[in-house]
Amino acid sequence: MDRIGLGLCWAAGIALCLIAAAIVGFMLFKGLQFLRPDLLVTSPVASQDQSKSGGFLDPMVGTLILTTIGTAVAVPLGVATAIWLSEYARPFWLARAVESGVDIIAGTPSIVLAIFGLIIFQQSFFGFLSFTAEGGAVFGRSFLTAGLMMSLIALPLIVAATREALQSIPGHVREASYALGKSKSATIRRVLIPAARPAIGTGAALGMGRIAGDTAIVVILLGATALQAEGSTPLFGTLRGTGSTLTSYVYNNSPAGEGNAPEKAYAAAFVLLLIVIFLNFSIDTIAGRRKMEAAWKG
Amino acid sequence: MSAPPLTKFARSPRRSGESQDRRTELVLGVLACGVLALVAGMVIFVFAKAWPSFSHNGLKWFGPGGDVGAQLQAIFNSPADPANYVYLLRAWPLIYATILVTASSVALALAFAVLSAIFIVEFAPNRLRRILEPTVRLLAAVPSVIYGLIGVLVLVPLVGNHLITRAQKESVIFVVQLTGNSLLVAVIVLTIMITPIMIAIIVDALRSVPNGWKEGAAALGVNRWRVMWTIVVRSARPAIIAAAVLATARALGEAIMLAMVAGSVAFSPNPLDGPTFFLEPIQPLASTIVINAEGLTVVPFGQTLYAFAAVLLVSAAGLSLCGYAAKQPLKRYGIRA
Repeated sequence: MDRIGLGLCWAAGIALCLIAAAIVGFMLFKGLQFLRPDLLVTSPVASQDQSKSGGFLDPMVGTLILTTIGTAVAVPLGVATAIWLSEYARPFWLARAVESGVDIIAGTPSIVLAIFGLIIFQQSFFGFLSFTAEGGAVFGRSFLTAGLMMSLIALPLIVAATREALQSIPGHVREASYALGKSKSATIRRVLIPAARPAIGTGAALGMGRIAGDTAIVVILLGATALQAEGSTPLFGTLRGTGSTLTSYVYNNSPAGEGNAPEKAYAAAFVLLLIVIFLNFSIDTIAGRRKMEAAWKG
Repeated sequence: MSAPPLTKFARSPRRSGESQDRRTELVLGVLACGVLALVAGMVIFVFAKAWPSFSHNGLKWFGPGGDVGAQLQAIFNSPADPANYVYLLRAWPLIYATILVTASSVALALAFAVLSAIFIVEFAPNRLRRILEPTVRLLAAVPSVIYGLIGVLVLVPLVGNHLITRAQKESVIFVVQLTGNSLLVAVIVLTIMITPIMIAIIVDALRSVPNGWKEGAAALGVNRWRVMWTIVVRSARPAIIAAAVLATARALGEAIMLAMVAGSVAFSPNPLDGPTFFLEPIQPLASTIVINAEGLTVVPFGQTLYAFAAVLLVSAAGLSLCGYAAKQPLKRYGIRA
């Protein structure tokens, strides 16, 4: 009986290794086979002939823009929520409610967030975020709206990481700061946030990985089109316009989408995988540095 | 005569510190409540939008009856006059598909994840462990669309061309076409997708079981496997449940990957079909929304899709409640997970 259990354990462990190796190896093989430099620098063109349909420069730019917007919104909001939850949390019932609110966001499927975003951003109040049609109907799809919804995906990860870090700072560190006559807000700004910075970085990197890897929000809130600017202002026009990301490019070029160009889907998926692996490594580096910095853990 | 300004001046440092404190608390509190307001807004908006679909069908919305694909088509084509909107929908095949694919992949992944986690924590040689842990984290971070791509380009043709026999295809030809987009592939890919998430949580939980308990058992002459199984896994059971809940939430909301591999045919596989059961296509709720996203502008069709979203939202909220409840016993032991 014990031996069977032990054998199953080994089998599961080895199967895990094999599956991981198979996935990474397969993507590496296919990616290197189909990835050509010109795919990275040309924009997609609608064409029946796959040799003329261009590369995925636009989707890469799209992924970059979306990740930037999402992280830029999620980090301040997430850190503020985490600090309030762990340092103030008054009144108690409100703190509990906020806590479970964050939990609910974490559990909500991104497809639900996507179509929720579509309702609120189609209100005329948010018309400035996307483009408005002749009759006053707001389109609701743009980099800005998609980025705002993406920030909700990253938010719970950042809140969790920051709270964990704040809770691991011992109380006497705070008391030492108060003893020097610092106010609570100065303590938060000068002592707690610097100490939690590596954790915030880890949370943000995790969140960026999730944003870069999400497809449902892109398909519904970004339109998964080529970069199409709205209006004449150069940067803001792009942000108000629709576009695509690597994930939606992969989806559209797979047999499930319209494009059906598996080679390009593989190449784009490979680039996406590289981005995710890079983010993962940066988490490891951040986490490694944290161990050295936390002197009071001794 | 200069008394008031002096008093004010003398007290100002402390008071500014205090008022700044109060301001910080207020700003942080308002931001945190903003998150809460967002959740409330999400629930209210989604339900308000979904209401017509529920109210026209009543509880039969959840029941079986008729062909969901045809019903959705009829809703999509309903006349522009609001009085004549078509709402008739019996969503059971979609719900059934969601439950089927989620439950079976979570069950498979649970067994696999617990065994792998025990392996990583206790039995793996050090060198293997050093490779395995980053690998698990990497697999947990791989975007679902990549799993979907591998599924649709590798597993689906494999199953479609080699596993499904001609006889099987012919046996159901009048009901549904077997192409390889199937329950089987969906469950396999989904299992691979959610296992790493569970392993990461379970490994943490197994590690946080106090060493003294293990050593105590080992000192009584219990072997390593029994120590792991009877002491460590049992005391980490709440964390394992929490991991399963989290994975269920992920599986429930997985839209893109399932839309790619599961076949996008609103069909409910019949367990009486024998082995063919596993090869029949399905369409869960979340991927129904993605596939039909272009139809959101058609008013009754959009409302129907929002009804699917509302069902998903309620199940997700219920799951996070379960997760919270499952974690409570852990706090009693002082184990954090």
